[in-house]
Amino acid sequence: MSTATAASVGTAKPAAVGPKRQLRGRGARVVLWALPPIVVVAGFVLYPLIEVVRQSFVDDNGHSAGISVWKSVYRSEQFRRAIVRTIELSAGATAGCIVIGTFLAIVLVFVPFPGAHSISRLVDIVLAFPSFLIALSFTFLYGSTGMLNSLLMRLTGAKTPPVNFIYSPWGVLLAEITFYTPFVMRPLVAAFSRIPREQLDVAASLGARPGRVIRQILLPEAMPAIAAGGSLTLLMTLNEFGIVLFIGAKNVVTMPLLVYTKSIVTFQYSEAAVVATTEVVLSLALYAAYRFAFSRAGGNRARVV
Amino acid sequence: MLVWSRGGRIAFWAVFAVIFLVLIVAPLAVIVLASLAGKWDGVLPSHLTFGNLHRALSSDNSASLTTSLQTALIAGIGAVAVGSWAAISAARLPILLRRTVDGFFHLPVAVPSVVVGLGLLVAFSKHPLVLNGTKWIVILAQAMLVLAFAYSTVSAGLARLDPAYAEVAASLGARPGRVLWRIRLPLLLPSIAAAASLSMALCMGEVGATIMVYPASWRTLPVSIFGLADRGNAFLAAADTVVLLITTLIALLVIGRLRGRAHS
Repeated sequence: MSTATAASVGTAKPAAVGPKRQLRGRGARVVLWALPPIVVVAGFVLYPLIEVVRQSFVDDNGHSAGISVWKSVYRSEQFRRAIVRTIELSAGATAGCIVIGTFLAIVLVFVPFPGAHSISRLVDIVLAFPSFLIALSFTFLYGSTGMLNSLLMRLTGAKTPPVNFIYSPWGVLLAEITFYTPFVMRPLVAAFSRIPREQLDVAASLGARPGRVIRQILLPEAMPAIAAGGSLTLLMTLNEFGIVLFIGAKNVVTMPLLVYTKSIVTFQYSEAAVVATTEVVLSLALYAAYRFAFSRAGGNRARVV
Repeated sequence: MLVWSRGGRIAFWAVFAVIFLVLIVAPLAVIVLASLAGKWDGVLPSHLTFGNLHRALSSDNSASLTTSLQTALIAGIGAVAVGSWAAISAARLPILLRRTVDGFFHLPVAVPSVVVGLGLLVAFSKHPLVLNGTKWIVILAQAMLVLAFAYSTVSAGLARLDPAYAEVAASLGARPGRVLWRIRLPLLLPSIAAAASLSMALCMGEVGATIMVYPASWRTLPVSIFGLADRGNAFLAAADTVVLLITTLIALLVIGRLRGRAHS
């Protein structure tokens, strides 16, 4: 693609009107106009990332350390456990969000009830709320002195709180499912709304049961939206920090939490940089796969990003 | 209609209601309840009071609220300005270059918020640009985190725009600057307002990058909430969260108003 055609598209002037040199000048100007925002992202996102990578190859006093910091971090049990924990939580939360989000979207669109529309609106608002809200509410709902435990203790007469999942990985997992389900649900509601009703009515009138209609008509139709919402959720749960920080379970250490504790709590910036670099590589690879998959699927990306 | 029998429909609705209550209603309701709680020994709180909310709005805490609002406003405006500029200028690039630039502007989405914070700390604690210890590092962190969302919202709006208006204006002899100012930007105003409200809301609740970079003199509300919750002051933390949510909602409503006006 030459710059001349781009310029003619951009200004919507037939290419024959101006002399070629003038068009080439305009092409250069189009590129020049795109530069300032590129410089901003390069200066305040890319350059800091490069600095993080550089930090991972020096020790905390700024002396060159080669790959020694990398070696010591990768050998540590804590780091290996954090990687496994992060991926486990992210994959589990995404699977949960897809199952629950699909069900909720199906009911909202295909088994509608009065008020279904305002529920969709409420879900849109919840999307803008911070994730730590869920973690905070979990303490009141499921904590050792929370509502559920008080209720169960009163009903069963137990002396100790019977439900303790929020201080284990399950607490973080359920909090992430709670928070991210709307992110899967929203693109799905949009996708389901585009399916013509007649298609379902015909299938049903020919005797297909709901399960079969869902399996053979709805799910294939919604696959791009499920994949889009799902991979976005995978990316966001991989990088989730607020929920893990606020629940503060001692034995749930994820990679973002490790970056935080290593740098802010114990001032080991080089080790933090190693963990951060690893995480960025993981997350960028996932994001690249997501973009590649959807550029091939015809650019039908989730609306959220 | 997917489910034809009445019983089947009721079963679907019942499961929906349970999931919806547990997932969305219960967390919101319990935060509001806790913000009003004087004591919470049993299943439900007792000694309901506005004391927590009152304390949340007084001196120390309201300072965090104004800090948060200022940060979200400046970071949001910055992100929307740069994001809109990026979207409008990228749309005119040749296709291959445009795809590369598009991926580049989406880069911050794929970078974890704590890493954005760590990067700013490492990069701007030394010469030539020292931002560490100032409020600008917090504002910058939030702006960079929401930039990609602002960019993609405006890009999507631009893609839906009918190019005929701009083409007609250009064919009538309007210079590119005038076409942009009088045609493209007004038509894009709803998308820009949507980008602004999204950015503002995300900044108000941002915690990952902020907690990495904030100086003691510039504590945002989520950071204060974490401090309170960590020290076991759960009711005040809940009250602060309610204040945060209400402020965010008001900001969204105000911007939504502007957006509605732009529509009509």
